[in-house]
Amino acid sequence: MPPKGHEGDFELSYPAAFTRALLDPDVATPTLVAGPKSKTAVKRYNVYRNNVTVSLINALAAAFPATLRITGADFFRAMARFYVRAAPPTSPLLFDYGRDFPDFIERYEYARSVPWLADVARIERAWLDAYHAADVQPLMPNDLAAIPSERLPNIVLKPHPAMRVVRSRFSAVTIFTASRSDRPASHVEGGGPEDALLTRPALGVEVRRLPSGGAIFLSHLIAGESLGAAASAALSDGPSFDLSANIRGLLEAGAFTTILCGEG
Amino acid sequence: MKRLAMPSAGQASAALSFPAHSIAGRAGTSLKHEHLQAILAEGKRDRFFEVHAENYMGAGGPPHAALNQIRRDHPVSLHGVCMSIGGLQPLDKAHLQRFKALVDRYEPALVSEHLAWSTHGTTYFNDLLPLPYTAATLARVADHIDQVQEALGRQILLENPSTYLIFPESTMSETLFIAELVRRTGCGLLLDINNVFVSATNHGFAARDYLAVFPLEHVGEIHLAGHTQQADDEHELLLIDSHDCPVADAVWKLFEVVMSQCGPIPTLIEWDSDLPDWARLKAEADAAQTIIDRHVQRFRLGKADAA
Repeated sequence: MPPKGHEGDFELSYPAAFTRALLDPDVATPTLVAGPKSKTAVKRYNVYRNNVTVSLINALAAAFPATLRITGADFFRAMARFYVRAAPPTSPLLFDYGRDFPDFIERYEYARSVPWLADVARIERAWLDAYHAADVQPLMPNDLAAIPSERLPNIVLKPHPAMRVVRSRFSAVTIFTASRSDRPASHVEGGGPEDALLTRPALGVEVRRLPSGGAIFLSHLIAGESLGAAASAALSDGPSFDLSANIRGLLEAGAFTTILCGEG
Repeated sequence: MKRLAMPSAGQASAALSFPAHSIAGRAGTSLKHEHLQAILAEGKRDRFFEVHAENYMGAGGPPHAALNQIRRDHPVSLHGVCMSIGGLQPLDKAHLQRFKALVDRYEPALVSEHLAWSTHGTTYFNDLLPLPYTAATLARVADHIDQVQEALGRQILLENPSTYLIFPESTMSETLFIAELVRRTGCGLLLDINNVFVSATNHGFAARDYLAVFPLEHVGEIHLAGHTQQADDEHELLLIDSHDCPVADAVWKLFEVVMSQCGPIPTLIEWDSDLPDWARLKAEADAAQTIIDRHVQRFRLGKADAA
């Protein structure tokens, strides 16, 4: 270990003094910095303010491209600037940033005319999680066919690490998909509720709509309940629930990794 | 103070899972996923690629698939951006472990970090913030470098910063501060020549004077990048280390000076935003390679003369 130097007041206080104004334009340039040859340091310090704010806005723009496309760049960047100042990152891993950005959008008063915008952002946040999730071979439909039918109600399916569900009162999946494609993002609002299933069976993230009852069914499976218990829950929520179509759809999407055989 | 026996760049360790491509005398570029298909289509070339470590700290997915493909055919330089080595607070142990896991997984030829800080309290500012150069900050940064090198079990290269302001409380020059870090920790240096030029312009000193007292014999990698122009409060030129345009002529000239003194050193073209297409970025790297190769020949001839 090198010998510790004398830790004066300055050495202990400069980080707080330097960072206090970085995200707050109303706080004056710190007095502990200067330009060379007694020059002032307002614009010089502003380079750091700008680097911090703009790089974080850019990180959000990269993570939420459909949201940006719907709002337009100027609206998005103004909204993101408010968010960055209110909730700067607490981790150096920027792909974890913006976890509560959708909630912020929901409360953002200038976005009230687009009530489904927060749900589109939730799908984008889930998309980024799926993109970075661990590489695991998903369970294939054939794997389930090997299980004797009398044991099926008792099996537990382990969720794939990339699998995410986003429920929406709006047509968020349709809007998300259109906004990430080359089609114009207009004329897609006004549909009914949609639930998104995100998976990454190989390298590409896939986003699809869950069928009726699918989100309830899947939420019970994710909670570790058996196939039979999850099916009962979905059926009691809506009698039209199609169990075999739902299971087939989930397996084809790559929603699970393993069959854990339960009792019985 | 503890010293480590550290494997230097390119030295093979016991059980490599990737080929031990040599990085000596090569030019390289930042690896951008926008260029991945063009790079893979070219196949193996005498190039290296540098990645920002934090972008590969997710569990899996396309980033790791890409880096695996690149690493099979090329040496890789792992460049950390947010260890906050220059910070007041203790290093983030979880982050250091993630960094070590990447070093173990990809066996990079070079590993580097910055003389800067980016985290205060729980806030990560996503920028390379400057630090005052005093006896106390020197001791702390040296301690942090020791911790990183011990955790990784290898030497790291420390990059000189580009700065826009000074701390009047500083008691030593940046070059002296850096030389002392090398002496205390045994770390190597990543000389960013664009940073030297940017800081020299911003602080009114000559880049050549800085290089004349910089410990060039410890440089294991060079960075070249583009910068943009703004003005300070006195309406004089303030350069911004923007990495969004070609390397400036003045920086190429300084590169020639360093090459003539040091001989061939792995050299990276850093280009991080407003990305050009692969052909244009490759042309920048090829220009660096041409200069490196000229000095390889000169150094070989020098040795032949001496023999």
